[in-house]
Amino acid sequence: MLSKRIIPCLDVRDGKLTKGIKFKGNIDIGDPVEAARIYYEQGADEIVFYDITASADGRAIMLDVVRRVAETIFIPFSVGGGIRSVQDMRAVILAGAEKISVNSEAVKHPEIIDEGARAFGSQCVVLGMDVKRVTVRREVPSGYEIVIHGGRIYTGRDAVAWAREAESRGAGEICLNSIDADGTQEGYENELTRMISATVRIPVIASGGAGSPEHLFEVLTRGEADAALIASIVHYRTHTIGELKNYLHNRGVKVRRKW
Amino acid sequence: MIGIIDYKAGNLTSVARALHYLGQPCEVTDEAGVLDACDRLVFPGVGAAGEAMSNLRRLGLDRRLREWIAAGKPTLGICLGTQVIFEFSEENATDCLGIVPGSVRRFPGDLKDRQGRFLKIPHMGWNGVEFSRSHPVFAGLPADAEFYFVHSYYPAPAVVDYALGWTDYGLRFCAAIAHKNLVAVQFHPEKSGGPGLKILDNFCRWGGADAQ
Repeated sequence: MLSKRIIPCLDVRDGKLTKGIKFKGNIDIGDPVEAARIYYEQGADEIVFYDITASADGRAIMLDVVRRVAETIFIPFSVGGGIRSVQDMRAVILAGAEKISVNSEAVKHPEIIDEGARAFGSQCVVLGMDVKRVTVRREVPSGYEIVIHGGRIYTGRDAVAWAREAESRGAGEICLNSIDADGTQEGYENELTRMISATVRIPVIASGGAGSPEHLFEVLTRGEADAALIASIVHYRTHTIGELKNYLHNRGVKVRRKW
Repeated sequence: MIGIIDYKAGNLTSVARALHYLGQPCEVTDEAGVLDACDRLVFPGVGAAGEAMSNLRRLGLDRRLREWIAAGKPTLGICLGTQVIFEFSEENATDCLGIVPGSVRRFPGDLKDRQGRFLKIPHMGWNGVEFSRSHPVFAGLPADAEFYFVHSYYPAPAVVDYALGWTDYGLRFCAAIAHKNLVAVQFHPEKSGGPGLKILDNFCRWGGADAQ
């Protein structure tokens, strides 16, 4: 059977990591290609890059990063952030990424999901969803609302309905980020994750809140996530990916242990 | 030189990057003359069977590929490349190359795991492969190695002797095939970390004989 995936997430601005990762001897690494190589060697099942660059120059630098990552690691990786068209997607795929993640742009123009799936196949198109807990109301019956621009703008879309729509438009996977849990290191939003996972038949990657191995265990079992996105927990050397996988394996979660 | 057959099926550069990393000279090309001069072939691909077959026919590569394999050129099929070497694919009800007897079937929509939960399609992620016999291309792999899969259709060889590796995803399907100078896998060795690179490296050194 499939293993549950552990996916480190790297934020990149102008070709550099926004928060460096700590490595042996507490050396702070700012190069995304080097960070990807370290996580590849630690047993990451996939790597996610979020490009938070705003400028056109920065985007060209990102494509170069993608090319160098593709020559360095031999596992799938995805790139998100600033993808606004099928042309943007094509450039990233030709540079060597397996998957592209769309988020705010898909909320504004949902057709980008259909177009991406038609052009490259559903397996290439990941819908990134930023979600906040809200009071249940008619438009948001699940009590979870889609937000964009880092949580600053409420869209009036219900998270469950949006997941269903994205799947029917051809998204191949959902990366579900809880804005409430993000950065807290107090655990994933398990209830939300389980709700979305039960709604769609495409894989769900849980994101936001990982602070301990126990949190990963919870979201991969109770939350029914197919994969767990991690950041601080490995960037600050609290744990290596290998340690997280050993913990999950010992608690009966199937993970990949030979690489 | 290793020829990577370009039949406009997805992005074929990831296989070339992995071979470069292994120090193996290779070329991605659709030119029959160049492929003919290569001493081994990789037949990759991502996409749909119908379009893949029509591209192969249009480029005249369908007939040539049969000839090269019959002539003993070591050949490695990957993912869609593996699927179109069969006789028939349920994807777009496509008549394929017919190099391996059997067909390619869609995972049933009601596929369930042992606990009775619905399984997601495509089968995407890391899964194990149980090898039923040894083979030079699959030598030296860790016993519980896993490989990266992305597919909604699976190979079903009609002759069990062709099947070399099996994978469990709600049903047991054939994930690796070996027959004479042909090996073919449903997973992506170029995206399967160390064990995947080991398979590619083994293939580059393989003379093309099936038996150990």
